[in-house]
Amino acid sequence: MDYAVAILVALLMLAGAFFALAAAIGVLRLPDLYSRMHAASKAGTVGSGLLLLAAGIYSGEGAILARAITGIVFLLLTAPVAAHLLAKAAHATGHKVWDGSVRDEMRRR
Amino acid sequence: MEPAAIVALAANVALAVLGLALLLTAWRIIAGPTLSDRVVGLDMLTGIAIGFIAVVAVKTGFTLYIDIAISLGLVGFLATVAFARFVLSRGEQQVPTVPPAAKKTKRKDKSKRKTAKPGRTG
Repeated sequence: MDYAVAILVALLMLAGAFFALAAAIGVLRLPDLYSRMHAASKAGTVGSGLLLLAAGIYSGEGAILARAITGIVFLLLTAPVAAHLLAKAAHATGHKVWDGSVRDEMRRR
Repeated sequence: MEPAAIVALAANVALAVLGLALLLTAWRIIAGPTLSDRVVGLDMLTGIAIGFIAVVAVKTGFTLYIDIAISLGLVGFLATVAFARFVLSRGEQQVPTVPPAAKKTKRKDKSKRKTAKPGRTG
């Protein structure tokens, strides 16, 4: 195995783990359901996407790299849909936004 | 340092960091005041598990793990959508952990709105 591939895979794995940790800290520390959701769906998707890309590059085969990229595209397609559905459901059932929020454009008047 | 040793060291560090992330997310699932918070934590847990499986695929060399990660992503998406439908149909099941002080502030807001509305219309 080449040194360049090894260092690339190591950096991708460390970056992906860092993004996953940042998302977890955001889910734990942010004050509001909606801001927690923003941390989970964006940073979490990037974290698992980078780790999948590392696994695909490490295998060294085109078919497996394509499979990993398919998985990343699938994650990028589904994570916003799931977060949007959950946010709409929570808002429709009367989940309050945080007191420090500036505006809530979906509020019923 | 051999290339394989570099990858193995990075995989070990990534596994440790992902384990910490898993613990923090589990804390949110246990503590989360409403059902929606727990569903967000569950979604996050699925994402971290996908990353875990990818790191294990690098560590062991079995590339079949990537397929497992893809199918876990599919199942996690369906679970989140189903929970969103459940929240929509059932409503928030609020655990009574909100202290009475928070309820008082909400009442104050309502009274402010009531007093402010006639002023705007008139």
